[in-house]
Amino acid sequence: MEVATKNHAELADIFNKDEDRVDWHDETLWWIRAKRDKSVHQLPEWEALREAASNIKFNVLSNLDIYLAQFEAAAKANGITVHWAADAQEHNEIVHGLLKEAKVTQMVKSKSMLTEECHLNDYLATHGIEVIDSDLGERIVQLAGEAPSHIVLPCIHKKKEEIGDLFHMYLGTPSNMSDPQFLTETARGSLRETFLTRKVALTGVNFAIAETGEFVVCTNEGNADMGAHLADVHIACMGIEKLIPNRDHLGVFLRLLTRSATGQPITTYSSHFKKPREGQEMHIVLVDNGRSVQLGREDFRNSLKCIRCGACMNTCPVYRRSGGHSYHTAVAGPIGSILAPNLDMRKYADLPFASTLCGSCSNVCPVKIDIHDQLYKWRQVLVKEGYTPKAKTVAMHVMATTLGSSTLYHAAGKMGRLTIKYAPFAVNNKLNPWYKNRDMPEAPKESFGEWYAKNRKK
Amino acid sequence: MRVGLFVPCYVDQFYPGAAIATLQLLEKLGVDVVYPKNQTCCGQPMANSGYEHLTGGCNKLFIENFQGYDYIVSPSGSCVLHIREHLHDDKQPELAKQVAHQVWELTSFLTDVLKVESLPSRFPHKVGVHQSCHGQRGLHLSSMTELVAPDFSKPGSLLNMVKDLELVELDRKDECCGFGGTFCVVEEAVSSKMGKDRVADHLKQGAEYITGADMSCLMHMEGILKRQGSNVKVLHIAEILNSEG
Ligand code: SF4
Repeated sequence: MEVATKNHAELADIFNKDEDRVDWHDETLWWIRAKRDKSVHQLPEWEALREAASNIKFNVLSNLDIYLAQFEAAAKANGITVHWAADAQEHNEIVHGLLKEAKVTQMVKSKSMLTEECHLNDYLATHGIEVIDSDLGERIVQLAGEAPSHIVLPCIHKKKEEIGDLFHMYLGTPSNMSDPQFLTETARGSLRETFLTRKVALTGVNFAIAETGEFVVCTNEGNADMGAHLADVHIACMGIEKLIPNRDHLGVFLRLLTRSATGQPITTYSSHFKKPREGQEMHIVLVDNGRSVQLGREDFRNSLKCIRCGACMNTCPVYRRSGGHSYHTAVAGPIGSILAPNLDMRKYADLPFASTLCGSCSNVCPVKIDIHDQLYKWRQVLVKEGYTPKAKTVAMHVMATTLGSSTLYHAAGKMGRLTIKYAPFAVNNKLNPWYKNRDMPEAPKESFGEWYAKNRKK
Repeated sequence: MRVGLFVPCYVDQFYPGAAIATLQLLEKLGVDVVYPKNQTCCGQPMANSGYEHLTGGCNKLFIENFQGYDYIVSPSGSCVLHIREHLHDDKQPELAKQVAHQVWELTSFLTDVLKVESLPSRFPHKVGVHQSCHGQRGLHLSSMTELVAPDFSKPGSLLNMVKDLELVELDRKDECCGFGGTFCVVEEAVSSKMGKDRVADHLKQGAEYITGADMSCLMHMEGILKRQGSNVKVLHIAEILNSEG
């Protein structure tokens, strides 16, 4: 894909060519963030809940091996078949194997960012298997041939008119229909057909409970239930960090998840799956794909606490104005920018720099991940590992030398001010990215240091 | 009480007015202020770009210049945050730690250390406050909209002591302006757009001046205001608190 060859700044620059769209994208997501603020302020215990969730996850990460073994044993006892996948490739092969066993060439899938991370749809397509995404937003991007641009709101970058056009093209609706009610009904009708004819359904997992070997899938549309209940084979795929120790802990997370995501008090459907019903097969695939490496990186370990609520994206002023696709990775936004370099430092070296480090992400995060601090830390790692443009490194060395010496600093300062004053064209030109949309500060006749020397004889 | 005045490099070079106001304000409040003349930069521009390992020279200079004061005060939240979090020196780790803990951002120094309750200043204008992220979220200069916690603002309560000043309410109380150090050039498109949006909020509320506790964000917004040909001005909060209008 062309997308992967450009970095965040370039992709965001393209997105910003259409300022009306940027405004609309920003305002839509800001509205969701405002809804989140309103709903969390109704809970005086909100910060205590965050603290609890963070501690529960900390315990999970510290004892992941034990909880995984406990979960596997309990799930098996419930009659679920447990599979382990070291990476994306293994995950895809396991799912493909199960489809072959069931002798099907079609599958219905409800939302799972893990399968996006593993590029499951593409993999299965090359093996002649058609996947229909049943989450409405995912179905829309699937029809458009795009990846989701947000982990909770996959088609947040699309206006309803554009969705109307897609439905006209693929689902036979009349042209120029953009009424959300009408479009939703149409999608439902077409998906119902899919649900009734698919023998295999794949779902994601929001929480897996070590104690009982069961798992919970949260959706607002009930599409996971529809798929799983009508299919003969239910495959659930989860990253190994999705565990929580006990059922008791679930209440903490369910209260945090949707308030953080959309401002709703709770998800419409929180479906518990414990064992296959009579005649059904239930499989769970536990996927590592870089997670144990991240667990071993002390500075970045906390990123595995993430429950994928998307709050950090909604609040991120950069995400809102650059669009999810500019992050060129499955999980966009602030959290994606600390997860992606773990998978491939070279490919995602740009992402930790796509932030002003404003810190809003860390404040909204329901499990208190120190997101902006981790972005700062990734920058240090990426520079040390050599993933920065040469020119930048040279400039930084010059800067460090100048600023590390009082004499050089004063000389350079004077020169800088003189340049701005007497030769503004030297800085106010197209090669200076600052000048594209902003004027330079005016050069004062003297620095504070010079003023002080004259005015305060101490 | 002896206070070392820490004037960040770009304030020294481009906004001496903010530093003069800081100095005069502190003197007015009876503080013995000294400006160590060999100071340069806190090192943040390198550190935030991933080159923290090149900040040794800046760290050494900072410690040399600022050891021995009771407090170190600066009109810049983000430089203060950088020093507090990252100042270190392998040869004298204890001293570095001690110096780092003595650094205060101006408005929190006025509020928490000097416990200022009134000011002799007057500024008869409509003013919008920009809550800079590093000061607000990093140094807790004011409450944050994301957290469920009591409302407060150190810059806000100081401005409320200024006679005839009218504070405007923003639609987005604490959105980032998009400056972000080298972010402003590396991510030019998003940075400019963020700045434009931030400025638009102030303009919409009828602000005549935009102020804040961090000159770098103000410099960014000033660049945008000037490009738009606006009459709205930016002023560092010290300049308003120090004005006698
Ligand atoms: S990092 Fe935190 S805020 Fe972002 S998606 Fe994960 S849990 Fe939600």
